[in-house]
Amino acid sequence: MSETRFTKSHEWVCLDAGIATVGITDHAQEALGDLVFVELPEPGRELTAGEVCAVVESVKAASDVYCPIAGRVVENNQAIVDDPALVNREAATGGWFFRLAPSDPAAFAALMDAATYEAFLETE
Amino acid sequence: MSIEIGPEVAETSPPKTTPLDLLHKALGARMVPFAGWSMPVQYSAGVLAEHLHCRADGCAALFDVSHMGQASLHGSAGTVALEALVPGDIQGLKPGRQRYTVLTNEAGGVIDDLMVSRLTPDHLFLVVNASRRDIDLPHIEAHLPAGVTLQRHDDRALLALQGPGAAVVMARLGPAAAAFPFMGFGPASIGGIDCLVSRSGYTGEDGFEISVPADLVDRLARLLLDQPEVGPAGLGARDSLRLEAGLCLYGNDLDELTTPVEAGIAWVIGKRRRIDGGFPGDIAIRDQLQNGCARMLVGIRPEGRAPARAGTNIVAEDGTAAGTVTSGGFAPSLNAPVAMGYVRRDLSAEGTGLRLQVRGRSLPARVVPMPFVPHRYVR
Repeated sequence: MSETRFTKSHEWVCLDAGIATVGITDHAQEALGDLVFVELPEPGRELTAGEVCAVVESVKAASDVYCPIAGRVVENNQAIVDDPALVNREAATGGWFFRLAPSDPAAFAALMDAATYEAFLETE
Repeated sequence: MSIEIGPEVAETSPPKTTPLDLLHKALGARMVPFAGWSMPVQYSAGVLAEHLHCRADGCAALFDVSHMGQASLHGSAGTVALEALVPGDIQGLKPGRQRYTVLTNEAGGVIDDLMVSRLTPDHLFLVVNASRRDIDLPHIEAHLPAGVTLQRHDDRALLALQGPGAAVVMARLGPAAAAFPFMGFGPASIGGIDCLVSRSGYTGEDGFEISVPADLVDRLARLLLDQPEVGPAGLGARDSLRLEAGLCLYGNDLDELTTPVEAGIAWVIGKRRRIDGGFPGDIAIRDQLQNGCARMLVGIRPEGRAPARAGTNIVAEDGTAAGTVTSGGFAPSLNAPVAMGYVRRDLSAEGTGLRLQVRGRSLPARVVPMPFVPHRYVR
């Protein structure tokens, strides 16, 4: 059974069978506009929570993506490197960024659930 | 993630709004502060679509550029007075013609770049950058002789209609302006509204800039947007279009520490002015014309897909410091990143290999001619 949680910096994490898939939220892609470039962490890289782990660029500006929880990258999504607009079209699904093996399983539970993230967006 | 819309000027007071503020919001614009103004960075179509619309056959984009400063210089001695501040040949500017020029400082640096148009022998019409209007206009005023006056046109708005379809739209609504040659200028009625129109722009495409009384601009903008060729475009597309066209942005590619020779716009210096001088910084600028300068603004194509933004360090292939990117981003019409920046003169030749330091990596790039996308001005 998978569960999705969110960060205040607008990343989502979906935990399924011990592997965390990370992406940016629909709110984030909407705010950024048309993406034209994505840079992802390579498999094998150890990431700490809050570390800059990916970069997305729109026509106008570059933005950092922060790693929601610590872990080792096991896979990244080449489809969004080849077609950055996929993140705009499918932020929550096909536009995922990378998968990692979490080093601290408890960290996931500390993130916001969907209802809390929705409420957080209202305050932004 | 960090979400930022783009590099903006620090704001100190609430931004001013243009007379089209309500229209922008009705069109789904995302408004951002820019040089003290609240301006649309994009509409609902988005920067990419707006950019590509402006370059598409039979299409035209409409920009609100009312934040730019408009002014008239009145008086028969105005021409000579302005020539004392710019290296351009203003005496040679005929009625009905427009010219791009720069205000220079004593070191030859650029105070601003501007458009100068001649309405009559005694009346010049100026358009200056929004970010510099409060510097330029007092500077000009401080150098005027008796009998010459500078009239600010804060009661006028400015639209830019740009793209391959702009002439078709103008032929329908303002046939007098549609007959203007490139860099032509004059009064023209558009849809029954009296305007001052130039055949120029900031996109590399054919097009018009339309000065109109502020209280009529909403009517004119809606009339233009009603034309099937026309869609609104924001400052985001304006920036990517001008970058592809290799046109300098004041504050990025031009400033008080760069000369027109370094910036690759030495063509703004009139033949007579090269010989006679008589403008601020003439000694430094004429020296550079004769002997070259230590650095030059060049076009740069990064090899991969990663854009190199303004501020990116440029190094030579031997690892020595080469210069800095002053404008950089993604070129939608090329589907690739492009940049312009100042590099050492020995690295400024076309084809020279460079390295761009982006996020701790050294990305290969090369010097290329500008514009990145060919200009399509009317001839």
